[in-house]
Amino acid sequence: MLTLAASTHGYWNLQTLWFFLIVVLWTGYFVLEGFDFGVGMLLPFVGRDVRERGTLIRTIGPVWDGNEVWLLVAGGATFAAFPGWYATLFSGFYLALFLVLVGLIVRGIAIEYRNKRPEEEWRRRWDTILAVSSAVPALLWGVAFADMVHGVPIDAKGDFTGNLLDLLHPYALFGGLTTLALFAFHGALFLGLRTTSVLERRAHDTAVRLALPASLLVFGFLVWTWANAASAHDKGLVPGIVPIAAMFLPFAAAAFVRAGRPGFAFAATTVSIALLTLTLFLNLYPRVLVSSTGNAFSPTIFTTSSSHYTLTVMSIIALVLTPIVLLYQTWSYWVFRARLGDGDAADVRSPLELLGRTPLGKQQH
Amino acid sequence: MDALDLARWQFAVTTLYHFLFVPLTIGLVWFLVGMQTAWYRTGDEKWLRLTRFFGKLFLINFALGVVTGIVQEFQFGMNWSAYSRYVGDIFGAPLAIEGLAAFFIESTFLGLWIFGWEHLKPKVHLGMLWLVAIGSTASAYFILAANSWMQHPVGYRLNPVTHRAEMTSIFKILTNSTLIRAFGHTVAAAVLTAAMLVLGVAAWHLRRRGDAELFAPVARIALWATLAGGVATVLLGHTQAQLMTKQQPMKMAAAEALYQTKDGAPFSLFDIGPWEKHPSKSLVSIAIPHGLSILADNSWDGKVQGINDVQAAYVQKYGPGNYEPIVGVTYWTFRIMTGLGFLAILFAAGGLWLARVPGRLERSDRFHRLALVGIGLPLVGNLSGWLFTEMGRQPWVVQGLLLTKNAVSPTVGPWSVGLTLVGFTLLYGVLAVIEAKLMIGAAKAGPDAAGTFAPDEDGRAPRIPALTY
Repeated sequence: MLTLAASTHGYWNLQTLWFFLIVVLWTGYFVLEGFDFGVGMLLPFVGRDVRERGTLIRTIGPVWDGNEVWLLVAGGATFAAFPGWYATLFSGFYLALFLVLVGLIVRGIAIEYRNKRPEEEWRRRWDTILAVSSAVPALLWGVAFADMVHGVPIDAKGDFTGNLLDLLHPYALFGGLTTLALFAFHGALFLGLRTTSVLERRAHDTAVRLALPASLLVFGFLVWTWANAASAHDKGLVPGIVPIAAMFLPFAAAAFVRAGRPGFAFAATTVSIALLTLTLFLNLYPRVLVSSTGNAFSPTIFTTSSSHYTLTVMSIIALVLTPIVLLYQTWSYWVFRARLGDGDAADVRSPLELLGRTPLGKQQH
Repeated sequence: MDALDLARWQFAVTTLYHFLFVPLTIGLVWFLVGMQTAWYRTGDEKWLRLTRFFGKLFLINFALGVVTGIVQEFQFGMNWSAYSRYVGDIFGAPLAIEGLAAFFIESTFLGLWIFGWEHLKPKVHLGMLWLVAIGSTASAYFILAANSWMQHPVGYRLNPVTHRAEMTSIFKILTNSTLIRAFGHTVAAAVLTAAMLVLGVAAWHLRRRGDAELFAPVARIALWATLAGGVATVLLGHTQAQLMTKQQPMKMAAAEALYQTKDGAPFSLFDIGPWEKHPSKSLVSIAIPHGLSILADNSWDGKVQGINDVQAAYVQKYGPGNYEPIVGVTYWTFRIMTGLGFLAILFAAGGLWLARVPGRLERSDRFHRLALVGIGLPLVGNLSGWLFTEMGRQPWVVQGLLLTKNAVSPTVGPWSVGLTLVGFTLLYGVLAVIEAKLMIGAAKAGPDAAGTFAPDEDGRAPRIPALTY
């Protein structure tokens, strides 16, 4: 088993490139599905009735599935570039990942099936399910990432030897609460930008209420992460602009939203999520997981990676395709840029009603 | 049951369930492409109403395909970590490419299609659907590349230091002979599956004398598509079988319960063996003389290897052990799959025969009832096909390289696998009931009324709303 000594490979290698490509994929996932989770969780608080909640869901309706593909690609890319990481992580975090998967399955179905029937009762039930199933992965992703950095029992063969309780220590739970609150805040800001009138106002109020708890949790979590890394004398510790910016940006978002600058506030939570993700990965590098059994057992990008040939092939494919994906996903957000107001998601019950309604998305241009 | 058995059950349950929805997605999206393209070119409202009607069915089905696909991306790492380490160098690549090159296209442009009816120009909006169709078909190619490598490993070497398989040629992996045929077979079966759904739904409405103007032409198109899809599925399946005779002789022999190697081997029609996992002979056999040799080798007296000889050869090559799949399973799944393929062709031919007299297709009660039953048959055929091809490869997970028993996660205990197996099964069961109810409800509700999308009195084109919400 190679150890941290393998980091003498330096930075100019395909393993490092792929490590950071995977950081990009997770960042894309958390930034995008972060507000999807937020919208889902806040459904009962921002939407007062089934009709309003329908409008809220519609803000993510066209894009949520594309956002989730960032997760699938992060999983597939980890499998292709670091099979050892993929194997240890997902067999190790087994039951936690199962709960995440159940959450994601139920959540996708709630979004897609909610409006397939007109009964209020049917929709109300799916709204509740959507709120809960959005909160579960939002919490558990934070737990899982905190665990990756904090360390879990991993033996010399690179296999996880602990159980579910090893994943649920205070630091990991704190990490879970942090992502839960940050995604909720991020989602409230997103809703404020995507709705009008009463919904916009309520989203704004919710964002104001979430701002301080979310900011304090991010701050506390990163200080704790820093303290852990310092006490373990981690070489991967990066004191500097990345974690410090991640720490203070939610406060900036709080100030912006109070000052009536929701666009800046949303940009601030976006960058904060990206830098929080980057901080955790920088803390890991060049390890991919931390073994609490012994630092020598921590798998690294060099001990878990695919062959040079596979990494080369995948680099070419990823570097060509990822920019194209970014282009057309950005375009799809541009197409659906119009804010939604109350009534935009109401049912069309007859052709007559359909003709009588104002065209969607025309009122705010 | 130990963790290995439970992990295998879990893979079977989650993957077969996922594959209930996938062929319908791939097949139906091409029907939608045809309908919306027809609307774009002719401006005939009929095609728009059909696009939106079958579009709703498509979306109900698509949602379950998407969410159960998430599990597919992660369960190799969860339950099969030893496998993941061993083949990740090769197997992970097509999975990652599938996400980057296919899933992103499929999901992003589907969102644009569903919600973009009034945001995009008609031509651009139609283009979105074309891209969804291309994306979902491409995803089949990449995932079958991964699976074909398990059936017939190419473009790799075994690293003597790490004892892992490593990729030497992505080109060979993406042009694997097994893959080319499997892709054609799968897409043809997807068209068949969708065609029989469209046919069944159309027949249901014809039976109730509803909208014959709309559904009679659709039923005819679906009959032709069933015929074409069925013939293509069977012919491509035949070329697959010929290749399999060379690449996986044990699977072919097990498909036929052929124990002794024979020149001029017969094609078995009905066979009963002793009730045990690995019998060494069959008891009752009704067969067409020379049939198998003709099918497998294009010759009257071609030699087809029997199970006992392949087993002996594998012991020589790979060491002591039992290399036979469960013959009862391979034999019968193979027969269900091929039988249903031929049945679909017969049914389509019968329907087309009926349709040559104007009005008969619209009125034949028996045809309508058969078409309704027909919706389920391709689903059974699709699942039998996968059961056959995966069970027929056992005990290997990668043919000739890695045994299934050595592929399972070493540190995940039977309780964990059992718990998640029960969890997934219950969840999937509930979702299946909800999905089926929604599908039936939407199919019965029928399309929007004629004239819904006609211009108003001032000659303005009407608003066409998003497909849901």
